[in-house]
Amino acid sequence: MRATATVRDLRDQIRSGRRSAVEVCRETLTRIERLEPSLHAFNSVTTDLALARASELDAQRDRWRDAPLLGVPIALKDNLCTRGVRTTASSRMLESFVPPYNATVVERLCQAGAVVIGKTNCDEFAMGSSTENSAFGPSRNPWALDRIPGGSSGGSAVAVAARMATVALGSDTGGSIRQPAALCGVVGLKPTYGRVSRYGLLAFASSLDQIGPLTRTVYDAAVTLTVLAGADPADATSASTPASDYTAGLTGDIRGARVGVPSSLLENGVEPDVLRAFRAALETLASRGATLVDLELPHARHAIAVYYLIATAEASSNLARYDGVRYGFRAADRPAQAGRHEQTDALRTMYAQTREIGFGPEVKRRIMLGTYVLSAGYYDAYYLKAQQVRTLILRDYDRAFERADVVAMPTSPTAAFKIGERVDDPLQMYLADVFTVSANLAGLPAISVPCGFTTEGLPVGLQLTGRRFHEATLLRIADAYEREAPWHTEEPRISKEVRI
Amino acid sequence: MACRFAMLASVMPSEFSAAQVAAIAALAQLELESAEVELFARQLGDFLGYANEVLAIDTTGVAPTAYVSTGQESDRPDEVRPSLDREAALGNAPDPALEAGLFKVPRVIG
Repeated sequence: MRATATVRDLRDQIRSGRRSAVEVCRETLTRIERLEPSLHAFNSVTTDLALARASELDAQRDRWRDAPLLGVPIALKDNLCTRGVRTTASSRMLESFVPPYNATVVERLCQAGAVVIGKTNCDEFAMGSSTENSAFGPSRNPWALDRIPGGSSGGSAVAVAARMATVALGSDTGGSIRQPAALCGVVGLKPTYGRVSRYGLLAFASSLDQIGPLTRTVYDAAVTLTVLAGADPADATSASTPASDYTAGLTGDIRGARVGVPSSLLENGVEPDVLRAFRAALETLASRGATLVDLELPHARHAIAVYYLIATAEASSNLARYDGVRYGFRAADRPAQAGRHEQTDALRTMYAQTREIGFGPEVKRRIMLGTYVLSAGYYDAYYLKAQQVRTLILRDYDRAFERADVVAMPTSPTAAFKIGERVDDPLQMYLADVFTVSANLAGLPAISVPCGFTTEGLPVGLQLTGRRFHEATLLRIADAYEREAPWHTEEPRISKEVRI
Repeated sequence: MACRFAMLASVMPSEFSAAQVAAIAALAQLELESAEVELFARQLGDFLGYANEVLAIDTTGVAPTAYVSTGQESDRPDEVRPSLDREAALGNAPDPALEAGLFKVPRVIG
């Protein structure tokens, strides 16, 4: 049995004593050691902590027997705070930041018996769709090393796709879990806004951010969500709606489920191979008894513009905290100058130089755009207007869910593109988020599941979006699809070559 | 500050001058290099040119959505609870004054 089988396999093996948590952990670390030079999925690998944790689980096997993630190696996106472990958000600004506390999701994973094996690479402060905006260099797609893995949770997707982790956590502000999951051929789930606590997630856009799992199977996503979900006194936006056992509804039976398809939205800009895989996936769902419903999302084509107006505005505010005073990088002091005026300037200069050197180009671009749309004279024209259109997008979905249980779209209009191909054209990069951003704007849960490959052998993802707090419906339909079309069993060659 | 805002107010989206970008950078506390000013002038213009489609949408009487409510009770009992100790809170500061319990910044008062 491979080191990183699925959650269910691993847990059962460790429970029954057939394998130890330490054994699984060592094998995973060996795989990381072999694959990391080619893939660069991780910013930090926590070898010693992981092995110590695994031995603790083995030593207290009785105590941990029923833990849902017993001995499961988990990778965390490097924007999730881990006590005593460097958390960089792939930014020079936080290159040596060591949080004094754990994110709530990290606490929950630990209580569920998981073994954290490292922190994954991402676009700086989760801003990007390719991981090329990482200050530490891009991650590479295990299916084609000259291509991007998607982003911003690219390292998390790579780690799961190349079996360097059984589960990874990502964060999704406009598609940052689902798009890399699609481009790397794994499952990615963005829960409903408020379903999972954001405490300890380095904030990008607080009304849109949500943490979720990347996994090999839908079942694993369901198990992980069951662990993560629930109210948290430390996050006032975490929902009190009770969480449930999300694995309970995975029956394979989707007879009568209504799958909405916004056909007119798919007419332009979708790669032919992606469209072919998507249509085949719809047929598969229909063959298992789902009903396909054609519907309209009239404002969805404006979602990109609305999203980037709102997300950058929130980012410009959230990232104001990085000023070289309380944590992170500070630009070297300028020589002291005489006179009050100059000394006041020395402080402002320190702020501005710290931010100029500490942030990369995409982060600065977004701070600039966000600052502009919030500035006097433009707030009403851009920011308020975007919030109003956000309401219209929400209403579109409310109407769609009168006729359908989920809405299906391709996760990304294209498969993985080449590294460097779009770095000089940010607008082109933004447009790739066309199918993912509206779930964030409307606070809806959405999942991406592998649904085939292009003729070049690159993975394609099927996205399902559901009603608020109806993750169970999403997971049931996605699981039924996976049973009928087990694309998730395909493995990248580079991963297969490591025979551990 | 007033003049900065006046300058911003005269900006026509999709065309930014270097001075206008510099004014936004000042609000954002960023000291941009000249190459960045030029680059951002073009790229911000490109995006806002694209985003102008949103301005044409009729939103008469539509309430804005700042965030999607999750129904969580925002009130909680006002009880004293432990929080980070001072040493931990200062632990990542570039220039902490540990004994005084302060974050130090360049001198601002003569």
